[in-house]
Amino acid sequence: MNAPNKSGWKPQMEVAEDGLHNGPQTTTGNRALMLEEPLIFEIGKAETTGVDLPAVDASAATRFGGLERIDPIGLVGLTEPETVRHYTRLSRQNYGIDLGFFPLGSCTMKHNPRLNEKMARLPGFADVHPLQPVQTVQGALEVVNELAHWLLTLTGMHSVAMSPKAGAHGELCGILCIRAALEARGNAREVVLVPESAHGTNPATAAFANYRVENIPATPAGRVDVEALKARLGPDVAAVMITNPNTCGLFEPDMREISDAVHEAGGFVYCDGANFNAIVGKVRPGDLGVDAMHINLHKTFSTPHGGGGPGSGPVVLSEALAPYMPLPYTARTKDGVVHLIEEEQADEFAREHFGGELSSFGRMTAFHGQMGMFTRALTYMLSHGADGLKQVAEDAVLNANYILRSLEDLLHAPFADAGPCMHEALFGDKDFGGDLSTLDLAKALIDEGYHPMTVYFPLVVHGAMLVEPTETESKASIDQFITAFRSVAQRALDGDETMKQAPYYAPRRRLDETAAARKPKLAWEAPVG
Amino acid sequence: MRYLPLTDTDRSDMLAKIGASSIDDLFVDVPEVARLDGPIRDLPMHASEMAVERHMKRLAGKNLAAGDAPFFLGAGAYRHHVPASVDTVIQRGEFLTAYTPYQPEIAQGTLQMLFEFQTQVAKLYGCAVANASLYDGSTACWEAVAMAGRVTKRKRAVLSGALHPHYSEVVKTMAQFTGDEIADSAPSIQTEPDLEGLISRIDDETSCVVVQYPDILGRVSDLSKVAEAAHAKGALLVAVNTEPVALGSIKSPGELGADIVVGEGQSIGVGLQFGGPYLGLFAVRNPKHVRQMPGRLCGETTDAEGKRGFVLTLSTREQHIRREKATSNICTNSGLCALAFSVHMTLLGERGMRELAAENHRLACLAADRLDKVPGVKVLNNAFFNEFTLMLDGKPAREIVRGMADRGVLGGVSLGRLYPGVEALEHALLVAVTEMTTEDDIETLATELEALVKEPAQ
Repeated sequence: MNAPNKSGWKPQMEVAEDGLHNGPQTTTGNRALMLEEPLIFEIGKAETTGVDLPAVDASAATRFGGLERIDPIGLVGLTEPETVRHYTRLSRQNYGIDLGFFPLGSCTMKHNPRLNEKMARLPGFADVHPLQPVQTVQGALEVVNELAHWLLTLTGMHSVAMSPKAGAHGELCGILCIRAALEARGNAREVVLVPESAHGTNPATAAFANYRVENIPATPAGRVDVEALKARLGPDVAAVMITNPNTCGLFEPDMREISDAVHEAGGFVYCDGANFNAIVGKVRPGDLGVDAMHINLHKTFSTPHGGGGPGSGPVVLSEALAPYMPLPYTARTKDGVVHLIEEEQADEFAREHFGGELSSFGRMTAFHGQMGMFTRALTYMLSHGADGLKQVAEDAVLNANYILRSLEDLLHAPFADAGPCMHEALFGDKDFGGDLSTLDLAKALIDEGYHPMTVYFPLVVHGAMLVEPTETESKASIDQFITAFRSVAQRALDGDETMKQAPYYAPRRRLDETAAARKPKLAWEAPVG
Repeated sequence: MRYLPLTDTDRSDMLAKIGASSIDDLFVDVPEVARLDGPIRDLPMHASEMAVERHMKRLAGKNLAAGDAPFFLGAGAYRHHVPASVDTVIQRGEFLTAYTPYQPEIAQGTLQMLFEFQTQVAKLYGCAVANASLYDGSTACWEAVAMAGRVTKRKRAVLSGALHPHYSEVVKTMAQFTGDEIADSAPSIQTEPDLEGLISRIDDETSCVVVQYPDILGRVSDLSKVAEAAHAKGALLVAVNTEPVALGSIKSPGELGADIVVGEGQSIGVGLQFGGPYLGLFAVRNPKHVRQMPGRLCGETTDAEGKRGFVLTLSTREQHIRREKATSNICTNSGLCALAFSVHMTLLGERGMRELAAENHRLACLAADRLDKVPGVKVLNNAFFNEFTLMLDGKPAREIVRGMADRGVLGGVSLGRLYPGVEALEHALLVAVTEMTTEDDIETLATELEALVKEPAQ
């Protein structure tokens, strides 16, 4: 195993008994490269601007129907140098994949290739209006179609709805397709079954679509309890929502059997595709009987997470659900022309080319979807190719198993005995000393220079720690992480109370979340006086 | 493969450590019948940066970029200048490649930015609190209707006929699943919107009235009458804004009494991008409504050493805590677009926002006056900001738009495309003018319209 830090640099800061470090207080509050930054409202001015525009001609006639905004808006401006510095300083208080290892389970924090960014900024993609006449946007529609082709080939599904804006929006799209299909049969049914280990968005989505959510129990091996599931199926069950690989990082080996049973009972199978990265190019969800699955382009296909979006959540659909997909969609006809099908042409197009009427459940968003994410994802797919994508899944799974087997002797790994994991390794907080918790371990990892893994999720494992390395980490990077993780895990097992105050070296110590929620301060207010 | 750091030696060393003889041993749980052998068929193999760039450039080249044509499209997406530093900031890896700020000690950059963003949006909208963004204006509009239902415990929303038709469609689509009743009406082609007609549809069962400001025809009208009427019946006023630049010149919806203000933030910092990703803005005037809001909220607090810091807060409203009882199923939002908006807004400031809005309006007035002089063309609006409706004689506006596009002019959005089948709107053309529009562009549009409007209908 590599030395923890090849550069040889070690922090020299002394830690005092109270756990705070001993360096002298600085006048500014800055610590060399760690610079404090006020709010723009504390440094900007109403009369300052970083954009040169003609001054307002107060004498010019306006046509606002007497609704001129007279009172100050309350904004402040900064010049360009001040603006760039403000945001550069803020950026340095953030952790990102570019900075280091980001093993956030279920979030697939892989490297974001910069070619994707460059391609998305080509004026032919970035500077095109969604309502331009179709003859002027054929290239954009081709991107949508080409991406659709990749998604359908990789998943083995029939059709794809491209407009959903993110994973949860995609889930909604899939469940609404299911509801519409069941309504067309005369009965929307009442219940959606969701495993206890599911993402919170699954039950929230099902509830939104007016379904009652019931939990499916798990087996001791971390899988869906197939017998319990089968026993619950019946004429009231609309759908089963399953994440595969599941949130314990395990493949559901009985997926086909589950799908067949659900279909036999007249229901549909929704698959949460958040973890598609583990199986892309290795197995096609269409071969497992899935009816609908969203794909987070910002996970498997590397579009940047951007500090919380934008995402993109196309939904692949089985033939049974395809007629219900939302508008608009794109389709290429035999003559090679790519059509954008909006409300107006939908029925006619479906009659001519699909041999039937489209029974779309409606529209989920203005315009056509996350084009800027489509160009990035397509660039990623073209770069990797069929061979590279298969390698992606294999390396992601290899890295996760390597971490699992390098830590299982030290940390409780509830499903390690059941066999290999997929793209993420799951640990629990069993045998932690003192009153130390998973949170303390996570915060101690921050001091070691890592973004923590996903914590307290899935809910089925006590003090869960879900580690997803992805395929874009080198072995050296993973070895260093293992060394660091083992050291903090050992401290947690030993009951090292200093961990309760971690992190020590981050831009902020632990933040008081209770106070934030008790008396919410959600916008800056000018100081009184 | 340039993105995959493991070497073959690494792979075999790691398999040895795991105790597996081959990578397939790690996929044993995948039923053999479903396992794919080689690379998936019907897809190309990996490609160099050069090759991918060539392919993507060829596709991009098939589009007519807005910057390469006289350009007048709006209807919910506007072409504004984005200062160079906006893109520089959002491409910093610490912003671009960060996750949702669940570990606040190492996400203060994103969190402080969101706190500033929320403040900017709240001020622009004349509201108390804004959230940390939603997907886009149309989905924000639905979330507002859903929230009004939670606040009033009523299930009947009244939509103005002059609400963007995509927004109405999204609301109606979602409502069919939640059991909300949506009262809709066709837009009327009149100089002034029919606010009296709208008010007459509000009753004791109404949860909210949804009005766009400026509306889909570009008209600007006083929402305070609608607010009064709604409040008198115990309903909320939801104001929808698709052009935030307008609020540098005209009164904020909050000032006019709107309870929930939502909109599209794309105009500021984000760019056209063929419709997405965009930026949903969501704000409430009454701080008491905060706990019914959808989406993430960033709040101020202190750390263990007493320093100011920021965290995501009130998350007991959200799906990852509340699951099926959450106020919305939203998870990922539009973080990076919110950053772009906030950087652009910081560059503009109060003064820049006022100047930008004034310049848009000045050019729009110039365009309206010039186009109104074209034979067979009439400007519908009395009041507008940077977008107005033209009534065209002769052929349907859709044909005229296509005809102009053939000649390299992107001359506006035909209302016939937005309202298929509504005969009264077939001859209406929506024209948007921004600071990017030149006087030459306006002259070109006038000339094109003059030539095409005169042609006899087929």
